[in-house]
Amino acid sequence: MSDVISTDAVIVGAGPCGLFAVFELGLLDIKCHVIDILDRAGGQCAELYPEKPIYDIPALTIVTGAELTHRLLEQSKPFHPEYHFNQMVTELKKLEDGQFELKTDGGLVFRCKVVVVAAGGGSFQPKKPPIPGIEAYEGNSVHYSIKKMEILRGKDILIVGGGDSALDWTLNLQPIAKSLTLLHRRDDFRAAPDSVKKMRELVSAGKMQFKLGQVTGLKGEGGVLSAAQVKGADGQAFEISTNAMLPFFGLTMKLGPVAGWGLNLHENLIPVDTEKFESSVPGIFAIGDINTYPGKLKLILSGFHEAALMAQQAFHIKNPGERLVFQYTTSSSSLQKKLGVA
Amino acid sequence: MAKITFIQHNGTEQTVDGLPGMSVMETAIKNLVPGIDADCGGACACATCHVYVEPEWKEKTGARNPMEEDMLDFAFDVRDSSRLSCQIKVATALDGLRVRVPEKQF
Repeated sequence: MSDVISTDAVIVGAGPCGLFAVFELGLLDIKCHVIDILDRAGGQCAELYPEKPIYDIPALTIVTGAELTHRLLEQSKPFHPEYHFNQMVTELKKLEDGQFELKTDGGLVFRCKVVVVAAGGGSFQPKKPPIPGIEAYEGNSVHYSIKKMEILRGKDILIVGGGDSALDWTLNLQPIAKSLTLLHRRDDFRAAPDSVKKMRELVSAGKMQFKLGQVTGLKGEGGVLSAAQVKGADGQAFEISTNAMLPFFGLTMKLGPVAGWGLNLHENLIPVDTEKFESSVPGIFAIGDINTYPGKLKLILSGFHEAALMAQQAFHIKNPGERLVFQYTTSSSSLQKKLGVA
Repeated sequence: MAKITFIQHNGTEQTVDGLPGMSVMETAIKNLVPGIDADCGGACACATCHVYVEPEWKEKTGARNPMEEDMLDFAFDVRDSSRLSCQIKVATALDGLRVRVPEKQF
């Protein structure tokens, strides 16, 4: 039994709305833990467009996804949120004492009074290439992510792709593989040049193979892969013997486990009211791209507004019967103290 | 205005009006053309607006840009005619453009 992490609020999703929720909740003395499936903060801003400019954040004429994330992290620092990355929340349930319990695929368990679902388009999950019959091999011979390298020891590994994941795993797995082939559609890579150089050195040393082409089909029996059928860059078909294939085609957003949390959903979104941004379960809030209400706009600035109103109701859940006096950061010495500027 | 025809995997054709300056992806989304997912909203960051440009239009639509070439690594069944439709700008010179939508963006 793992240790249970107890806190006031758990925020699911470390995108811009989740990060700003830390700030708004922090002003009201609500302590937060933030969970995200990615390995860093920023959500779509980090994964989809870190270098792309955003033009509609109030008062910032232009800001990149990475810069916005950085600024939001800085802004919420005074409240000492704790982040848990590379974790997908798999379970969320209400306990008899009124608290919520969340569990992650990494074995973390949280108990809290307030849950804020700021999960954007859902969780980023590896893309599964639509190769005919691939489902039969998934989990056995086809892996989209690797939790334990040891299961691949002594295998004839085929890695497909040309990004950092493909190259990193090529370098990591080569020493423990019986054989390793990297297959990519072209001789250029989006991966870090240093990784590509190391890969080419291994090829020159005869320790692995690099082939140009795309997988078109799979051969095997009983969920065990024996070979991948490939169309080469020259159009010629050939086969690569393998009993462990790792396709790396980037990430896609899937609603994922949110669907199983007992919340009312409408077209994969969580309907909320526009006063508290609360879901059909009191104490569970939804802000940002994942919620829906009449007139909803999927804008970061809307999510910020939603975070502020959500926090007001979260205060009443944490402090039943207590009056909340609205204060401005500009003039309130108590808020300024919390921010560390007074 | 430029007419753009999207040909689905099953052969169904849909011809819509494209406004010069907009991308072919935006034109598809605006006209609810199925099969163009455009998860990232046009940032050239997802490869889910993948199309195959019909041979007679290949020259006029031009070459892939380097960022697009990188992103195509995340598409499936990439061919010589593959483009990301968010990177093709509608222009009067493209009036009559025909592109095929893959069976599945993934």
